[in-house]
Amino acid sequence: MHAQGVWVFVEHLGGEVAPVTFELLGKGRELADDLETELAAVLLGDGVRDFAEQLFRYGADKVYLIDDSVLKDYRTYPYAKGIVKLAQKYTPEIILIGATTLGRDLAGVVATWLNTGLTADCTELSIDKTTRLLHQTRPAFGGNIMATILCKTARPQMATVRPRVFPLPEPKPRIGVVVEEELGILEEEVPTRIIKYEEEKGPGVYLDKAEIIVAGGRGLGSKKNFRLVEELAEVIGGVVGASRPAVEAGWIPYAHQVGQTGQTVRPKLYIACGISGAVQHLVGMQMSEVIVAINNDPSAPIFNIATYGIVGDVLEILPAITEEARRVLAGQRGVR
Amino acid sequence: MHAVVLLKQVPDTAEVRIDPKTNTLIREGVPSIINPYDAHALEEALRLKDKYGGKVTVVSMGPPQAAEALKKAISYGADRAILLTDRKFAGSDTLATSYVLAKAIEKIVSQEPVDLVFAGKQAIDGDTAQVGPGVAARLNMALITYIERVEEFNPDEGYVVAVRKIEGRKEYVRAKLPALLTALKGINEIRYATMPDMIRAARYQPEVWGKEQLDVEEAFLGLKGSPTQVWKSFVPQAKARAKVEMLTGSPEEVAKALVEKLVPLTLIANK
Ligand SMILES: Cc1cc2nc3c(=O)[nH]c(=O)nc-3n(C[C@H](O)[C@H](O)[C@H](O)COP(=O)(O)OP(=O)(O)OC[C@H]3O[C@@H](n4cnc5c(N)ncnc54)[C@H](O)[C@@H]3O)c2cc1C
Ligand SMILES: Cc1cc2nc3c(=O)[nH]c(=O)nc-3n(C[C@H](O)[C@H](O)[C@H](O)COP(=O)(O)OP(=O)(O)OC[C@H]3O[C@@H](n4cnc5c(N)ncnc54)[C@H](O)[C@@H]3O)c2cc1C
Repeated sequence: MHAQGVWVFVEHLGGEVAPVTFELLGKGRELADDLETELAAVLLGDGVRDFAEQLFRYGADKVYLIDDSVLKDYRTYPYAKGIVKLAQKYTPEIILIGATTLGRDLAGVVATWLNTGLTADCTELSIDKTTRLLHQTRPAFGGNIMATILCKTARPQMATVRPRVFPLPEPKPRIGVVVEEELGILEEEVPTRIIKYEEEKGPGVYLDKAEIIVAGGRGLGSKKNFRLVEELAEVIGGVVGASRPAVEAGWIPYAHQVGQTGQTVRPKLYIACGISGAVQHLVGMQMSEVIVAINNDPSAPIFNIATYGIVGDVLEILPAITEEARRVLAGQRGVR
Repeated sequence: MHAVVLLKQVPDTAEVRIDPKTNTLIREGVPSIINPYDAHALEEALRLKDKYGGKVTVVSMGPPQAAEALKKAISYGADRAILLTDRKFAGSDTLATSYVLAKAIEKIVSQEPVDLVFAGKQAIDGDTAQVGPGVAARLNMALITYIERVEEFNPDEGYVVAVRKIEGRKEYVRAKLPALLTALKGINEIRYATMPDMIRAARYQPEVWGKEQLDVEEAFLGLKGSPTQVWKSFVPQAKARAKVEMLTGSPEEVAKALVEKLVPLTLIANK
C-alpha cells in the first residue's frame, strides 16, 4: 500500500494541548504541502473531542480520534497500541511526535511495533522533493556533532522534535474532518497503573515558554555578580537563563541552562550578558526574536547573531539597564 | 529477584573534540566508560539484590572491547555478564539494537526467569533514548521510563512500583512483572567496588554470544536491519543574522538607548 499523509501526535495534559503540538502542526503543514499530501493530527484521550477544532485552526486537514476512558492518563501501552492501530489502517508517510518525556516514551514503542525507523530529537526537518524523503537533522555525541538521518524504505518515517525548535504558527479559521476509531483495549489489559502523583514543589523554571530571558555567562565572574542578571530579569518580567559554565560554577541550577545540552528557547527578547556565543549556546537561543549582547570583547561571536550589541563591562552596564528599565516602567505605570 | 541490566559502553563525550580541519570527531584517546545512565541503572538493580537477594545479569552489545564495561559491572557486584558481539551486529540503529538485546533477554529468560530489565534513559553518544522502549515493546513488557527509584518490588503479587520523574511532577507507577525500567542519571550514589569483587572481576570472562548463539534472522541485524541511516554529519553552526546595531556611550547612555529600543517593541512593557 502507498503510504500517504503527514501525521502529528497531539500531546495534552490537564485539558490543554501542549504547544509543541501546534509547533509540529506548523512544520507538518509545510512538509505536507511539499509532498502535496494531507496533514492529520492524531488525537487520543478521554473526552478530548473538542480539541479537534483547535487542531484544524493550526493547520490539520484531518483529525484521527480515539476517545476512550482507558486513555484518561497517559500510559505507554494503550496510547502506543492506539497509534499503531491507526497507522496500520491509514498508512501515513510521516509521523512527528514532540521530544518531551511523554513523546520519547511513546515514540520508541510505536516505531518498534511498526517496525520502522525513528529519528530522535530533530532540530531540522525538510523534504527532498525528488526522492520525497524526509531529511531529519539531529545532534548526537552530546551536541558535538549534527547528523542528517534518512529512513529510505520503511514507512512511516518517524521523528521526535523538541519543543520550541519550530515556531508557533498563526491559527486561522479552518475546518476539517474527524475520523474516529475504537481503541479496543480493556483496562485489565494495560500493564501499568499510575497510583499517585506528586506535583514538584517550588516554582518550576519555564524557560521554553518565556517571552523574555536574561542570560548570564562566565563573564559575570561570580555568583554574587550573577545577581545582576537576576535583578534585570525581575524588573523586566523575564526568566533567568545561563550558559553552561555559569551552571557548572554553581551560580545557578541546571534547569536554567540554555543550549545544546540545556533548553532550547525562543523568546521575544534574549539578553546575553558575558556570554561569548559558542555554537553550543547559540543553537539553543538563536531563534529568539531580538537578541541583545553585552560583552567586553568586540570580537565575541555573540555579536554575529545579535540585534543590538553593547561593548563594555557587564558589571557596569547591567545595573544601568536595570535602573533605566525600572525608571521607564515606573513612569509608564504613573501615566496610566 | 533476577534483574538484567543493559549496559552500553560509550566514549566519554565530555572528552570528545572536533578536528577543526576535517570537521569530524576525534575518537583517539577518548576514554570509554559505562554509559553514566546505565551505571545508575545497575546501582538500582544491585540495591534490589541487596534488599531481596537474587541475581543481576549485565548485557552489552558492542565490539569485543565492551567486555571491559561488563567486567567493571562485575566489580560492582553483578553476578553474570554477557557480551553480544558479532560483525553482523555492526551499524545497528536503535531498531536493530533493540532486536538483538530483546533476543538475548529471551534466551536468558529461557535459562532462568527474569523479573526486571533495567536500561539507562539514554546513551550519551547516540542520545536517542529509544532502545529501552524498543526492547520493552519487542518483549511486550510493561515499561516505566525515567525512573528515580524503585519504591516497591513484590514478586509474590507480581508487580513493581517505581517513581517516574517527568516535567513538573512525579508519578508512582505500578507495573506488572516482568517490567522494563529506564533510569535517570544521578538518582543514586554508585558504590565502590569491594576487594573480593574486584578480584573476581579481574578473572571474570563475560560469556560471548554472537548471531549463532541467538535465535535471530539475519535480515534484522546490523546495517541491513536498520531502517535509519546517517546520511551526513557535520559540526553545528549558528545561523548568521542581519548586521548587529552597536550601541555606544557611557553605561547610562547605552542603557537609555537600549530601553528606548525595547519599549516600543512592547518587549519591556508595564504589566
Ligand atoms: C558537547 C558540548 C555541549 C555543550 N552544551 C552547552 C550548552 O548547552 N550551553 C552552553 O551555554 N554551553 C554549552 N557548551 C559549552 C560551550 O562550548 C561554551 O564553552 C560555553 O557556552 C561558553 O560559555 P560562556 O559564554 O559563558 O563563557 P566564555 O566562552 O568563557 O565567555 C565569557 C564571555 O564573557 C566576556 N566577558 C568576560 N568578562 C566580562 C565583563 N566584565 N563584561 C562583559 N563581558 C565579559 C568574555 O569576553 C567572553 O566572551 C557545550 C560544550 C560542549 C563541548
Ligand atoms: C550521529 C548518530 C546519530 C544517530 N541517530 C539515530 C537515530 O536518530 N535513530 C536511530 O534509530 N539510531 C540512531 N543512531 C544509531 C544509534 O546510536 C545506535 O543504534 C545505538 O546503538 C543505540 O542508540 P543510542 O546510543 O541512542 O541508545 P539509547 O536509546 O539512548 O540508549 C538507551 C539505553 O539502552 C541501552 N542500550 C543502548 N544500546 C545498547 C547496547 N549496545 N548494549 C546494551 N545496552 C544498550 C542502555 O541501557 C542505554 O542506556 C545514530 C548514530 C549516530 C552515530
